[in-house]
Amino acid sequence: MKKDSNIYTIIYAAVLVILVGVGLSVVYQVLHPMQEKNYADDTKRQILAAALITPQDGESISEVYDDHITASFIVNESGEKVDSDISAFDVNVKQEVKKPGNERLLPVFVCKTDTGNKYILPVYGAGLWGPIWGYIAFNSDGNTIYGAYFAHQGETPGLGAEIEKPAFSSQFEGKDVFDSNGDFEGVKVVKNGQEPSSGSYVHAISGGTITSQGVQRMLKDSLLPYSNYLKSLSQSTDKTNVLQ
Amino acid sequence: MKNNKALLPLLNPISKDNPVIVQILGICSALAVTAKMEPAIVMAISVTAVVAFSNVIISLIRKTIPSSIRIIVQLVVVAALVVIVDQVLKAYNYEVSKALSVFIGLIITNCIIMGRLEAFAMTNNPWDSFLDGIGSGIGYGVILIIVSFFRELFGSGTLMGYQVVPQSWYDAGYSNNGLMILPPMALIVVGCIIWVHRSGNKNIQE
Repeated sequence: MKKDSNIYTIIYAAVLVILVGVGLSVVYQVLHPMQEKNYADDTKRQILAAALITPQDGESISEVYDDHITASFIVNESGEKVDSDISAFDVNVKQEVKKPGNERLLPVFVCKTDTGNKYILPVYGAGLWGPIWGYIAFNSDGNTIYGAYFAHQGETPGLGAEIEKPAFSSQFEGKDVFDSNGDFEGVKVVKNGQEPSSGSYVHAISGGTITSQGVQRMLKDSLLPYSNYLKSLSQSTDKTNVLQ
Repeated sequence: MKNNKALLPLLNPISKDNPVIVQILGICSALAVTAKMEPAIVMAISVTAVVAFSNVIISLIRKTIPSSIRIIVQLVVVAALVVIVDQVLKAYNYEVSKALSVFIGLIITNCIIMGRLEAFAMTNNPWDSFLDGIGSGIGYGVILIIVSFFRELFGSGTLMGYQVVPQSWYDAGYSNNGLMILPPMALIVVGCIIWVHRSGNKNIQE
């Protein structure tokens, strides 16, 4: 058969694509279980990072997670626990933030630390190039941030990508998300020299303006539906044991 | 002498025929991933692996490829290799895979790979093609590492993430150059490298 004939070309293309397709699906099938485990471990590491717990080298992330995370459950916008077919760990936060607040499944992870129980909530939003997400740990008063962890998919290295550095996320520690009237306000991310006169704020990253604004918006969008739950925490601070 | 000739495909692209500073290919990714040294190094390794193996595969099947769809065939081979690299990294080295994120996918669009497949692998035997791929990858990687060295040092005061500019300098009024971490400065650094390189190689001056 002539190499430049149409039939040869079509058969060649078809065979090539089928071979490559089969090859790729075999690779995927073989590696998929390990990838799943990596994803789960990575999510656990991120949740622990919000509560300022870093597994040491050689420690199994799953074990550290099981040691510290004493409970996890799903609440609704009114702050009540809901029964769901899926566990809090498996909730797809990316899908949930697209829904209106009253339809969202809101996962809560309770973490045991030396300074009492911390309540870790996931957040998800958009940066400049792609999604950004994170976990925010609250003190048992439901108002003060104990620790924060941020991650991103493809923000610019050296600029927006700096949100994942402790230099940025540690600024959130000790910030209040409710204002003095008890309304949810979130934490503002502002430029140096443009600090608001009231409310909690942290400093944005120079050159990473859009990512920084994305963090501010993400906190507001993702945490606002938790308002009632967070308030219920502050009212029952003494009864935290009951909540578990 | 015979030995030297056999290694020409490996050595040529490193300096005399460097893909970035002589062929002016792959500039886009050279600007994108060089703000820090670490992603630059991993990118260099990944591109070297992909260009070497795609060169070998294309060279092996070069006599069977119908000329009317040869670019598509090359693209399918490159894309498949990149997906495999991505999947393997996700399974065995999740941290690195996360650090590279979108850049892995961008390897497909690196013109060095298509350039070497079209210009070299289509007409040479697999072993020479393999050497050419390794050489091109190293030539590309060396430039990436030099550019990222200067950008990270002057832009962030760090190297490989470690602080190298002492705090006392900052206290004395030194500050990081914010322009260094923006893409235009990468272009200027690449331009400076080309300048230095050409002034030492009279024969490639135009």
